[in-house]
Amino acid sequence: MSTATLEKPAAATASDTILSLNNIEVIYDHVVLVLKGVSLTVPRQGIVAILGANGAGKTTTLKAISNLLKAERGEVTKGSIVFDGERVDKLSPNELVRRGCIQVMEGRHCFGHLSIEENLLTGAFTRRDGNAAIKRDLEKIYTLFPRLKQRRTSQAGYTSGGEQQMCAIGRAMMSNPKMILLDEPSMGLAPQIVEEIFEIVRQLNADEGVSFLVAEQNTNMALRYATYGYIMETGRVVMDGEAKMLRENEDVKEFYLGVAEGNKKSFREVKSYKRRKRWLS
Amino acid sequence: MSDIATRPAPNLLASPLVKTGLILAAIVAVLAVGIRLDSSNTLYAIFVDPFQQMVQAPDLLVQTVWEGLVSGVLYALIALGFVLIFKASGVFNFAQGIMVVFAALTLVGLYEKGVPAFLAVVITLGVMFALAVTIERVVLRPLVNQPDIILFMATFGITYFLIGFGEALFGGNPKQMIAEQLYLPKGAIDLQILGGLVSLQKIDIAAALIASLMIAALAAFFQYTRIGRALRAVADSHKAALSVGISLNQIWVIVWFTAGIVALITGIMWGARSDVSFALEIVALKALPVLILGGFTSIPGAIVGGLIIGIGEKLGEFYWGPLIGGGIESWLAYFIALGFLLFRPQGLFGDKIIERI
Repeated sequence: MSTATLEKPAAATASDTILSLNNIEVIYDHVVLVLKGVSLTVPRQGIVAILGANGAGKTTTLKAISNLLKAERGEVTKGSIVFDGERVDKLSPNELVRRGCIQVMEGRHCFGHLSIEENLLTGAFTRRDGNAAIKRDLEKIYTLFPRLKQRRTSQAGYTSGGEQQMCAIGRAMMSNPKMILLDEPSMGLAPQIVEEIFEIVRQLNADEGVSFLVAEQNTNMALRYATYGYIMETGRVVMDGEAKMLRENEDVKEFYLGVAEGNKKSFREVKSYKRRKRWLS
Repeated sequence: MSDIATRPAPNLLASPLVKTGLILAAIVAVLAVGIRLDSSNTLYAIFVDPFQQMVQAPDLLVQTVWEGLVSGVLYALIALGFVLIFKASGVFNFAQGIMVVFAALTLVGLYEKGVPAFLAVVITLGVMFALAVTIERVVLRPLVNQPDIILFMATFGITYFLIGFGEALFGGNPKQMIAEQLYLPKGAIDLQILGGLVSLQKIDIAAALIASLMIAALAAFFQYTRIGRALRAVADSHKAALSVGISLNQIWVIVWFTAGIVALITGIMWGARSDVSFALEIVALKALPVLILGGFTSIPGAIVGGLIIGIGEKLGEFYWGPLIGGGIESWLAYFIALGFLLFRPQGLFGDKIIERI
């Protein structure tokens, strides 16, 4: 069995995976070690989830890929990031967007003083394929998000959280991406809206062939839509597997879904249990 | 019962119309009483006499307002340079004043070295572009993500560098602007208005026209072009702009270059009215009250603020100045700005801070 995997030609793996992180380490401000060797892969046209609590390193992982880290004095000091068959760890966000990898940041970050339509159009900044194509894509976004069409002239700062999240995703789509890094899309949104957003992610994935890497705290929701998941803790990947497997895994259920079977463990026991698990993995 | 008790009383003062009306009524009442009681005629001299003069000699009023308008347009131009850079990079560019001088000096200096006038303009634009690139590379890029105050201090550094550099290249003596060679009109038009003679300098008319054209062009650029949209996006949020692939370095070069163009035009206009010297830099400080009045982030604000300060200054000097021995032109602008800071700190047109609660 192991020989079979070894014999798999490298070219085939390169075209099957759109993104792979190989043991990356991130240091902020030259002193704070935030990621301690994270590896993950995203298959082409897949939806992969990164799960974990606050401070686990989900956002940092995404920012390491999109290279928004530099603007926060962070730096990838070890390991490599390969996007679409090319080393990208030294590229600026601008060049990455041009190559088709764009991040939707946590907390939406729409341009508050610009209208929804202008927000969407800023997403097309890096494109060189002419106004006609951009206009066509704008219409496509409006059919995907009818609500944005209704509010196209209102200032983004005055729209609701759900509309801003849609605007941020739509804006990313306007760059004609191969892959979207989606950071915490559920933050501060009603469950219904979260569901709506994830449905759109699924639709974009199926219709446009866009790959997604989603960082989420809402484990339940993320594992319903993703095909594969990574669970992070304090800067490391502690577990990974098919979404279905993770959904049924007892540990995941207990720690992230909050549905343990049998008698509930005390907090201290949980702690030691976690520690033991890390040693094992 | 409890419902009535907790219901807030209808707040008449909340309506701006009612509020302004009340304030005006109060002022009129106070004046009416004051003028009755006024024995030494001070109040009369402040509140009645100037207006009587305005009505009696409308031609003088027109002349004063015109002069105010022209200097207002020029203040607006300088303020515009500040606003552009402040919006896009969040830096209050103290060097804008010296950029005006530097651009004008380069232009005149090149001409003196025998370069034809219009070629000199083109080369000066090239120099301003090179300056923008250099500032972005040497100052902004290494200081990215530093607190605003550090960038502000860095622009002081740029100022003193440009003063020294300019003096080394072109000498410290005042120079004549090459207005004639650039086909800027000279002389004055005398108009018969309201029973008096009003004389309008042609260069002033040209300045007002060119400034209006440039402002319109800039506004259109900001509103309708891809780069303009990106500039506004950067002004809104650096991080979000980065995340959608807008290159901050490129935007900063564009913004500083635009400010350089504005500086050159301002330099030509101011230079044509007086002469080109480092004293012009002081004029740039007049942009400060203009910005406070108009709001640091608003292009229309810079224009309206410039006009208000320009006209207010001239009217104040002409009609109220004599009361305290003249010379109020130099500080009246700051006085007006102070009043604005007290009541509307974001300025007339400053960005409302949109905050979701």
